[in-house]
Amino acid sequence: MKIIAHDTPAADLPEGQVLAIANDADLAALVAGGALDGVQRIELDFPTFTDGRAYTQAVLLRRRHRFGGDIRATGDVLIDQLVHMQRSGFSSAVLAPGVDASAAQRQFERYASFYQGDVLEPRPLFARQAQAGAVLEAA
Amino acid sequence: MYQYTAFDQQFVKLRAEQFRDQIERWQRGELSDEQLLPLRLQNGWYIQRYAPMARIAVPYGEISSTQLRMLARIAREYDRPDAALLAHAQATQDALQAAQPGLQLDAPPLRYGYGHFTTRTNCQFNWIPLARAPEVMELLASVQMHGIQTSGNDIRNITCDAWEGIAEDGIVDCRPFAEITRQWSSLHPEFSFLPRKFKIAFNGAREDRAAIGWYDIGLQALKNAAGEVGFTVRVGGGMGRTPLIGAVVREFLPWEQLLNYIEAIVRVYNAYGRRDNKWKARIKMLVKAEGQGFIDAVEQEWRAITLQDGAPHTITAAEFERVAGHFVVPPLVPADRPSKVDPQGQLYQRWLKQNVRGHRLAGMKTVTLSFKRPGFAPGDADADTLDALAQLAEQFSASEARLTHEQNLLLPWVFASDLPALYEAARALGLAQPNIGLLTDMIACPGGDFCSLANARSLHIAAALTERYQDLDEIFDLGPIDIHMSGCINSCGHHHSGHIGILGVDKDGKEWYQITLGGADGSLLSGPAIGGKVVGPSFSAAEVPDVIEALLDTFRAQRLPGEFFIDALRRIGHEPFKQAANGARHPKPEALLI
Repeated sequence: MKIIAHDTPAADLPEGQVLAIANDADLAALVAGGALDGVQRIELDFPTFTDGRAYTQAVLLRRRHRFGGDIRATGDVLIDQLVHMQRSGFSSAVLAPGVDASAAQRQFERYASFYQGDVLEPRPLFARQAQAGAVLEAA
Repeated sequence: MYQYTAFDQQFVKLRAEQFRDQIERWQRGELSDEQLLPLRLQNGWYIQRYAPMARIAVPYGEISSTQLRMLARIAREYDRPDAALLAHAQATQDALQAAQPGLQLDAPPLRYGYGHFTTRTNCQFNWIPLARAPEVMELLASVQMHGIQTSGNDIRNITCDAWEGIAEDGIVDCRPFAEITRQWSSLHPEFSFLPRKFKIAFNGAREDRAAIGWYDIGLQALKNAAGEVGFTVRVGGGMGRTPLIGAVVREFLPWEQLLNYIEAIVRVYNAYGRRDNKWKARIKMLVKAEGQGFIDAVEQEWRAITLQDGAPHTITAAEFERVAGHFVVPPLVPADRPSKVDPQGQLYQRWLKQNVRGHRLAGMKTVTLSFKRPGFAPGDADADTLDALAQLAEQFSASEARLTHEQNLLLPWVFASDLPALYEAARALGLAQPNIGLLTDMIACPGGDFCSLANARSLHIAAALTERYQDLDEIFDLGPIDIHMSGCINSCGHHHSGHIGILGVDKDGKEWYQITLGGADGSLLSGPAIGGKVVGPSFSAAEVPDVIEALLDTFRAQRLPGEFFIDALRRIGHEPFKQAANGARHPKPEALLI
């Protein structure tokens, strides 16, 4: 996942290739209306970091609408939510003003895997382990 | 009970490390208080009136002797305010008490060094400094415990009927499903910042003992005509300012689909639940506003998960069997300890009647230890008691115990032949009051003694009622009755579902109490879940015990032989009770002068 400091000047894409989608937009209608055609990057907003609607939007864009371009988190983006964002399908994030990126990387390194499936790995732990033929050992 | 795999163990260990990292960044000023808030909440750490409160999950109530010993250690070594903080807190509480009309006594002393069992089978501590929080989480992780998602706007600790797998009326043991759902919901990337908290409860018996109508999702296990296991799914129950009972959105959900269907419900909620008003943000308001539209959206989302996403969270038979394999009957050995109890003694007989229930296994019983006793708040267990409980569970119940949503502790594997010795041991600990289900088996939240959300205290009301009703003949004669009290409208004390509900409200900085009548949690005794009705303007703290007395006098005067309070209330109607309650108001000081 690409982490972008707030004050980094954007090497921006041409007009028409970036689409900002509001938290209350009707995704299915946007897709049906062709709004995603030619779009290279979708920006989803976190008005505050506690507003989690964009997670669901990112999941649906990846999983249902098969959007393959960049999905970027904007707004109140903090370090401790980056892993949730990545797992929900975000591929880049612009940190909120004043957020120091130095603590970001170790958040990605902490957990090797999770219980539930996500956009990166749709299978839950039990399905992954069953496929790997793993024997669950007691702690 | 469930034993962690190496993955589970590593997961809680990493979670504790992550929390340490967050606390350290906050201490260095890299995280603001506001930014830390949801992070600490998602690990169970609140800041209360005087100190942080830690809420530790006891998933579906199951706890081992080893875990009880760890809670004892945390109570003893960590739940300790420094002298200045305690003195300040007590002085503040004394001033609050002095400001209440008609109350002359000192405020009850604030206690420390104990755990508090909650209505949602968590265990809370009230005095642990935030700087020591990471250490506590690491200790908990070492005994397969955590505080993950015991607070915050996420999927909370999952609860079950306390008698899952041991009840005589059991249909399906829901503990494996609760554990599978616990794992699925832990650190869910999409659902960690919902509009509001989200609570799931399972019930696997004929009788609803988990209050599932009152939950965001309430799951009633059943078997269909073909003998297949599934769930009736209710969505949109909840207490708070707008008490609502969950609506049935699906009569029969095959068990394999459990996670897929919950995912559909929570996704619809996350996308459409209100975020502009905290009081309208629970899923119940969305269900209420949208009705069938909500159900249609959930069903459509579930179809998409199934047909388009390939339903990756469909529970496999292998996974179910792996988890269910943990919930087998443990090795059972009778304690065979000597006892001097007179088996015909009245107290012992009363204890057998109220605190001991049948078991699905012949020769076995379930025993509820009563945490409703004078001198202690409902559900409080100090360090020595927690240690003693660990030993009691070891001796008499295969080292297992369960927290109940009525804030007591159940021993699930007791030999009938061990009952006299267990009674004796429980009595020595002060945990053998034969009052389970009776008047003094009250539910109460910590209220304004600790909680910063509370409008009023609840513990001094509970203490006053406990003292007033110490005559066992009297409470046996009154029969089963649910008194539930909450210190504020957040309803942690489930006042809406009490036959008599007591709700703390704040007027002009003074504590007042609204009394409701006729609420039901959904049990056989109480009938289908419903919220109680307010009797009238609120009462002062000093009036509340007299109001309860007046309600009970009305019941005694009008009951049919053997009739229960809730049945008499429904037969007669609320009016005579309302009149009695309002008649118990104390004269105003100016009226006394005339």
